[in-house]
Amino acid sequence: MGAQAATMTADAQETGVGAYDSKVGMWVFLGSEVMFFTGLIGAYVILRFGASGTWPLPGEVLAVPITAVNTFILICSSVSMVKAFAAAEGGDHRGTWMWLLATFVMGSVFLGIQVYEYAELIGHGFLPSTGLYGSTFFTMTGFHGFHVFLGVLCVGFTTVKAYMGGYSDGSYRSIEVLGLYWHFVDLVWIILFTIVYLI
Amino acid sequence: MATVTTEAAGTPVTDVEHEQSFLRKYVFSTDHKVIGVQFLITSLLFLLFGGLLALLIRWQIAAPGEPIPLIGGLFPEAMAPSGIMLPEFYNSLVTMHGTFMVFFAIMPLLVGVFANFLIPLQIGARDMAFPRLNMASFWLAFAAGLIMLAGFLVEGGAAGAGWTSYAPLSANPEYTGVSLGQQLWCVSLVVLGLSSIAGSVNYITTVINNRAEGMTWFRLPLSVWSLFITAILALLALPILSGAVIMLLFDQTLGTQFFLQSGGGQPLLWQHLFWFFGHPEVYILILPAMGIASEVIANGSRKPIFGYKSMVFAMVAISFLGFIVWGHHMFQSGMNPTLGTSFMISTLVIAVPSAIKTFNWMGTMWRGNIQLRTSNLFGIGFVMLFVIGGLSGIYMASTPVDVYIHDTYYIVAHIHYVLFGGSLFAIFAGIYYWFPKMFGRMMSETVGKIHFALTFVFFNLAFLPMHEVGLGGMMRRIYDASNYQYLQDMQGLNEFISWSALGLFLVGLIFAGNFIYGMLWGEEAEANPWNANTLEWQTPSPAKHGNWVTLPTVYHGAYEYSHPEVSDKDWLAQNERPEVVTPYEGEPEGAGSTDVAPAGAG
Repeated sequence: MGAQAATMTADAQETGVGAYDSKVGMWVFLGSEVMFFTGLIGAYVILRFGASGTWPLPGEVLAVPITAVNTFILICSSVSMVKAFAAAEGGDHRGTWMWLLATFVMGSVFLGIQVYEYAELIGHGFLPSTGLYGSTFFTMTGFHGFHVFLGVLCVGFTTVKAYMGGYSDGSYRSIEVLGLYWHFVDLVWIILFTIVYLI
Repeated sequence: MATVTTEAAGTPVTDVEHEQSFLRKYVFSTDHKVIGVQFLITSLLFLLFGGLLALLIRWQIAAPGEPIPLIGGLFPEAMAPSGIMLPEFYNSLVTMHGTFMVFFAIMPLLVGVFANFLIPLQIGARDMAFPRLNMASFWLAFAAGLIMLAGFLVEGGAAGAGWTSYAPLSANPEYTGVSLGQQLWCVSLVVLGLSSIAGSVNYITTVINNRAEGMTWFRLPLSVWSLFITAILALLALPILSGAVIMLLFDQTLGTQFFLQSGGGQPLLWQHLFWFFGHPEVYILILPAMGIASEVIANGSRKPIFGYKSMVFAMVAISFLGFIVWGHHMFQSGMNPTLGTSFMISTLVIAVPSAIKTFNWMGTMWRGNIQLRTSNLFGIGFVMLFVIGGLSGIYMASTPVDVYIHDTYYIVAHIHYVLFGGSLFAIFAGIYYWFPKMFGRMMSETVGKIHFALTFVFFNLAFLPMHEVGLGGMMRRIYDASNYQYLQDMQGLNEFISWSALGLFLVGLIFAGNFIYGMLWGEEAEANPWNANTLEWQTPSPAKHGNWVTLPTVYHGAYEYSHPEVSDKDWLAQNERPEVVTPYEGEPEGAGSTDVAPAGAG
């Protein structure tokens, strides 16, 4: 330690966990996000099983097939996100921005279908004020949609930056960090889709 | 940032301050120290405001139905026509007093101020991991405070459902007569939650990843440990509050029915969600205080902290238990008594790690060379008052006792013993202790000691009798106790409490004067006025932007006071190696001893 200290460069750090700051920070932040959705989902479970009347069966109110397709699109967008990161890691400039663009498009399509679904439901008089079912449905899927929306904005920004060559110097960390967020949002949707639409 | 490799490790930045515009340096600063001071100034103002609200509450209790003296004429008709307080306004006062003190005074004073100011300096980093996120965290908290204040200005007045905002009282505006104010309360807390989460991500990442070389986990000062654990609690608890508050806001605005029984919702769900956040929040408010107390008591006793590792593990245990005891706030909510018993037992278990800490503080002081400096006096005061508050906590955690004292002034007494006698005393200790490092000047020790003595006396005069009033059956948020015959006997005691509260408030003004005078005209501080070991004291006072030219190397823990092998002084900085051969724990063999600039040792 002594000899090293004298020649230590200003940024030498030997006490961390071996991952860079923004990656650690994103994992920590996702811990907080887990608790946020746990709160919403926990409230849903308590309200649903404590409800006095009958709870609508799957497909009774919601259109399951179209949302199943939507779920598939979101899962595919996670794959393209991984491909984008792999391309960036391999120094493939064209692959990086193309896969990011694919992620951006699929995320946008997911949001578009969700907006269409909301518009249809509201058109049929199903509102956030329509009982506990409406309350929980719109709150949970709405907050998930909001997270996707923020993700899509960031992916869009990253796509443009990748196209301009912003990650070609080997500094593609923000793609990896954004990917962590994107996969998390995807994972939350799989849980939400299961408990809200299928069970 | 300068990359000077030829200098010895641990050289602080001294005079390489680069040019920054006023806005960049003091307003939209990304320097963790400036952000800490920003939190300090704004939170002290909120503390003052919360104190004023408390005085108004005490006036109504001491003299129900009589016009407020001096300032009574300033209130609009909707609050206090001809100076006489309306019940609705009284509800807003108790709600906003609690809200401001918990969320905008004590919590940012502990976390916003000390986590920001201390973590990078004490672990030997140049700044937080995410400085811009840190700036955003402050300004979000500031905005949240303004939104909360705006409640007083809107029609219907500020939120009036208590700081706990129990549903359905808070969910349906018809019950309190407050609609917009209650919504602002919700919005403000969501914004504050974002601020806290941003801050926590920053603190946790910084401590994990940015410690100086040699700063192993068990060499961290206990202040950093406490703030690290607190950040984890905030990270995991705040989002639950955010979710609950958003649902409450939707109940008020979108017509959802989460907490409204009329639509099939469950009012009790609010209590579960709120206290699942609320009890970890209690430890968010006390753990940093414990960390500060550990620093000032070890430094003020010139002895190593007693049981360093047990201090750390006790905090870990407290924070874990803190997540599984929320039901003890709800014994009277109609919960299953069996469930109540399990919550009671898990709560009582917290007494064990708390007692470990208390005994360790006493063990640290035992046969120490105790320095009766203001910071240490407040540290010792913290331990004494925390014991009283902790013991009354054990009483109310017992379900049979809680049945009797629930929702009475006994609870009010308890929370003030832990939040004022505990947290705020430690905050004062921390401010007196780190003031020189923050502002480069000293506060007056003489005035500080007067401030301590009078605070200690008036605090106990104000809050000890509340136990008595509470056991007598007085309800905690009652507008006019004189309506109840069985409470009339205690009117004299209530008036006494109110006078004492006024005294306590005026003593606070002594502190304000000392603070402002010290900041502007105080004696210039040397780098290490308390002969402390932690790294922040090895930088100049005040520490400059960037903290270090070359990062320090740490050779031992933070509490090497009066080390037997160090002959010329009773302290040993963490980046300093003693002139002895005894290797320190964890040190590689053959390490030289000439590579360290013992900054501040000369």
